[in-house]
Amino acid sequence: MPDLSGIYTELIAEESRNPENRHHLDHPTRTERGHNPSCGDEITLELQVAGGVIQDASFTGAGCAISQASTSLMINLIKGQPVEKARHLADLFLRMIKGEITDDSQLEELEDAMALKSIAHMPARVKCAVLSWHTLETALDQGKA
Amino acid sequence: MENKERSRRDLRHDFPLLQRTMNNKPLVYLDNGATTQKPESVVRAICGYYGGCNANPHRGAYELSIQATDIYENARAKVQHFIHAPKANEIIFTKNATEALNLVAYSYGLAFVQPGDEIVLTIAEHHSNLVPWQMVAKAKGAVLKYIYLEKDGNLSEEDIETKITEKTKIVAVTHVSNVLGLVNDVRKVVDKAHRVGAVCVVDGSQSVAHLAVDVQQLDCDFFAFSGHKLLSPMGIGVLYGREALLDKMPPFLMGGDMIEYVTEQDTTYAELPAKFEAGTQNVGGAAGLAAAIDYLEDFTFARVEAVERDLVAYALPQLRELPYIELYGCDSTRDNKTGIITFNVKDVHPHDVSTILDAQGVAIRAGHHCAQPLMRYLGQNATCRASFYLYNTREDVDRWIAALKTVRGVMRLD
Repeated sequence: MPDLSGIYTELIAEESRNPENRHHLDHPTRTERGHNPSCGDEITLELQVAGGVIQDASFTGAGCAISQASTSLMINLIKGQPVEKARHLADLFLRMIKGEITDDSQLEELEDAMALKSIAHMPARVKCAVLSWHTLETALDQGKA
Repeated sequence: MENKERSRRDLRHDFPLLQRTMNNKPLVYLDNGATTQKPESVVRAICGYYGGCNANPHRGAYELSIQATDIYENARAKVQHFIHAPKANEIIFTKNATEALNLVAYSYGLAFVQPGDEIVLTIAEHHSNLVPWQMVAKAKGAVLKYIYLEKDGNLSEEDIETKITEKTKIVAVTHVSNVLGLVNDVRKVVDKAHRVGAVCVVDGSQSVAHLAVDVQQLDCDFFAFSGHKLLSPMGIGVLYGREALLDKMPPFLMGGDMIEYVTEQDTTYAELPAKFEAGTQNVGGAAGLAAAIDYLEDFTFARVEAVERDLVAYALPQLRELPYIELYGCDSTRDNKTGIITFNVKDVHPHDVSTILDAQGVAIRAGHHCAQPLMRYLGQNATCRASFYLYNTREDVDRWIAALKTVRGVMRLD
């Protein structure tokens, strides 16, 4: 196991408790629930998508610091972005957590979400980190149907 | 005390896994409610079976198959005496407690529950003694009702009296809750069930390795447990059932070994216990279970209970001194606490607590403990759980509590 100071960084600890993105949207166009049944992490992601752009995003739910911080950091990143860009970011994040991309220069687009990179070395917590990103992918797929 | 501590430390040498380190620290294993570690004698019994006696039991007319059959049937007799079942054919080997409880649900439940009948559970059931009954209730148009808890975590006596009625056909109750760690007054529930003509199914997963069980004293109709929570390998479990009930139940799984005559269109079934043991069984697992029972009986339940009581009595006052620790199931007004301590660290999710403890070599359980209805009833999404067994020491408790004191700091809350 890596040194925990690389996991529970100030950024992750603070972001997991940050209320800024934790609320309901007035007019969400897509709402998607994500759940890790084995551990109970649970989030509901709300998106307001118009003209192919994520105008606003928020979440509610409960879970460990890693799942909650990951969700909040994701929302910071995708707000105001075109749907296709959000998909690209989700793909990048998931490949970072799988350990497929390790070169920081390729991950710069993830900004603060790069702080979760060390989760790639913690198999027990991978599902916590990826929950919101898989939920985002599912929410974005709703628009395809 | 010092002598006791020393003998407990010696005992740890019986358990190969406890010799290993975790994250460069000696392992403190406090997840015995999930599964226990295995003594050398159990590992040897499994190896001895596969290395010396492996053949398909009940089949070949050759010596090796007969030896395998003996090992398997001797294990059954050992389990019978261990839980004081009247007859060996009332002991059915299964994969685990979950399969044993599913056997009762699919076989007894689907055959004997009718539309409008009621099935009564307690809110403290593990999913394994809850989800199968939801299945039966839905399939048969029956009603599920719950016995809730008193403030101290014990079953509501009022609910036992009022929820179990003339309409009740099945009452399912855990002997010890895997979250609260309190021994339920099963006999009281059984007596009430029998007064209204219902059968009572007891989940013994958390009791059978920790206190002496006598199914005749409990007077229950079915009793299920997993071997792996009792020093045995994974993949072997037990269902005890009253012969008269097992006899009238249809088989659960169909196939080899559970038949008498098979024609193109029809089959007659074997007698008990073979009727409920279709296909080649886990003989190596049964050999391991038999060795585990030997180990436990040699150790004695009196000592198991003394160890667990000592550790709980040693840990609880220290935990209560920490203002950020919340405890569940630790305020029983009865003298019925087993070695399970369920808790939360205020403002920290149980999984983060578990990760931080793991980094210090301390293994505990975090999550909903396969008891989501109970979690909701307690108003928690998840909790942490430390569960003791006979090889744990006060030193383990010290390491656990020392690690707990670091949690809020790591999470940058203090």
